[in-house]
Amino acid sequence: MTVETTQPSLRDWLLSDRPQSRRQARLGRAYVTWRQFSANRLAVIGLAIIIALVLVAALADVIAPHSPVIGDLTNAYLKPPGTSGYLLGTDDLGRDILSRLIYGSRWTLYIVVLVAIISAPIGLIIGMISGYMGGWVDVILMRITDIFLAFPKLVLALAFAGALGAGIENAVIAIAITSWPPYARLARAETMTVRRSDYIAAVQLMGASPLRIIFRHVMPLCISSVIVRVTLDMAGVILTAAGLGFLGLGAQPPLPEWGVMIANGFKYYLDQWWVAAMPGIAILIVSLGFNLLGDGLRDALDPKESGQ
Amino acid sequence: MSVADNQAAAGRSSAQAVAVLSAIGRFLAIALTTYLGLLAVTFFIGRVIPIDPGLPALGAGAEPAAAGPPRREMGLDLPLIEQFYIYVKSALSGDFGTSVLTTNPVMADIRRVFPATLELATLGTIIGAVIGVPLGVLAAVKRGSFIDQIVRIIGLIGYSVPIFWLGLLGLVLFYAKLQWVAFPARLDVVYEYTFTPITGFYLLDAAMQGQWDVFYDAFRHIILPTALLGYFSLAYISRMTRSFMLNELGQEYIVAARAKGLSEARVIWGHALRSAAVPLITVIALSYAALLEGSVLTEIVFSWPGIGFYITSSLLNADMNAVLGGTIVVGTVFIGINLISDLLYRTLDPRTRRK
Repeated sequence: MTVETTQPSLRDWLLSDRPQSRRQARLGRAYVTWRQFSANRLAVIGLAIIIALVLVAALADVIAPHSPVIGDLTNAYLKPPGTSGYLLGTDDLGRDILSRLIYGSRWTLYIVVLVAIISAPIGLIIGMISGYMGGWVDVILMRITDIFLAFPKLVLALAFAGALGAGIENAVIAIAITSWPPYARLARAETMTVRRSDYIAAVQLMGASPLRIIFRHVMPLCISSVIVRVTLDMAGVILTAAGLGFLGLGAQPPLPEWGVMIANGFKYYLDQWWVAAMPGIAILIVSLGFNLLGDGLRDALDPKESGQ
Repeated sequence: MSVADNQAAAGRSSAQAVAVLSAIGRFLAIALTTYLGLLAVTFFIGRVIPIDPGLPALGAGAEPAAAGPPRREMGLDLPLIEQFYIYVKSALSGDFGTSVLTTNPVMADIRRVFPATLELATLGTIIGAVIGVPLGVLAAVKRGSFIDQIVRIIGLIGYSVPIFWLGLLGLVLFYAKLQWVAFPARLDVVYEYTFTPITGFYLLDAAMQGQWDVFYDAFRHIILPTALLGYFSLAYISRMTRSFMLNELGQEYIVAARAKGLSEARVIWGHALRSAAVPLITVIALSYAALLEGSVLTEIVFSWPGIGFYITSSLLNADMNAVLGGTIVVGTVFIGINLISDLLYRTLDPRTRRK
């Protein structure tokens, strides 16, 4: 015999049609989104990859078996993967490739986060102002956005990085400058759909300033689609940063940045293929993670786009 | 037909003519502002970011005070807006200055290297479209099937892999281990000096001159880089084709075509794909533009003497004239393809015309 509980379960409380408080409504909404998201197995794998990336970056000092910059030239010169003590082999300075990859995850995160926090707000603000103001402000801002949208991103990032000088920060600036336009377009489109709605008219009547309306009442509605787009773009950001590092215009040796490591392995890839191959696998896994996570987020947050 | 009908028809056609003219006007205005924007950004990169562009002309270790004469020579003492005007004027006439590295006019260099990139990107796009479109159609028709999963995985990896790294692996496997393809270059050294290109597209030139041994050699050199670029565009094209086809297959006219008793093949390839063709042309054009600029890294890996190779080697030698000239040329082609595909879309698809 089972005893029926009269107490509503946590699940029922979350899925309630009549939430009693704002907190319950928000938690319920998050729960539904999470259920949609976690039903998608690939998306969960993507999330796991990104969490693993963050953990590896945070715990690099603990888990890396060797130093990322100081090698053992006498005993570990260009050893193939599987050599005892060097799981993924060593490079031409006797450095353990696995340890360099582990420390390199920090630079990957650093680049991705910096590009996101520079380019997403720029795009968001330009798009919201453009969509909310309309008129000639809209025309001018969107013209500028379209001009940047029509540029060849990689070549422009190359030219920027070349003019600013090689370096990881300059590579970030170069990538951020070329990656904000899609966010502006997106934020504008979302803003246009809510601009004429009743609740905006209500806050306008209450005398809210345009700035307050944009940041307090329009932004919360734009932000989720921008986050999805940013997540999907992160794979491209990683690839571009790796490309700049490979060309010698991004991070500089001896930083264990993955693109720089490929460039280093490029010198003798025909014989010691693993030096260039390993960092490439790391890049592939992480950008795959961002792509899977982005796809899953889009399907969970934006049902009309899913299944396409 | 009555007079009134005739007048109405005439009114319609003149209204249509006005609409077409205004569309062309709008198109030209957009093309012009975008191009001016490109020039403004490259001007900013070349003239404003460096602290004093006059200094590099003197070489390393020069005194800042000594930069006066080269500054005047380069017109750097003029107001910025006047400098920009001169810059635009010379860029429009194809004058990007002289390359410090090769001592040739930048435009002459670009004319020499650009066909190599075009050859690579064109073949890559052809591979991508010829394989990608049928794959995308199949994935949409058999939605959720094994082939759909394959197309999805191909797409996901294509979006996530560094193509230049894949090139390295390809060389390790197909050149070093299997010896199926030739080493990274455009031609074997033997042919470098005996073969005189006409158009700069080596495959075409060799075929036109009937030098089939050169053709075979060029083919062995180009196959790997072009297959990689082809894969990159295939990932994009197949995914977009699938999405367009799913959209079309859900439409009512498809049900009508099936109800009429048309064979499934006619319905899919004759009706659905035909309606999806217009956005597909845009997608293929965009992926062509993406390959033109995206080939930069591939060219480095394969020592391919194209514009990406030119821009990067100039960059590493601080040859900014060449870098910016190359950027403007790539940007112009890129913007051009973007705008033309947009225009094509508008003229070919009657649904967009009504707006």
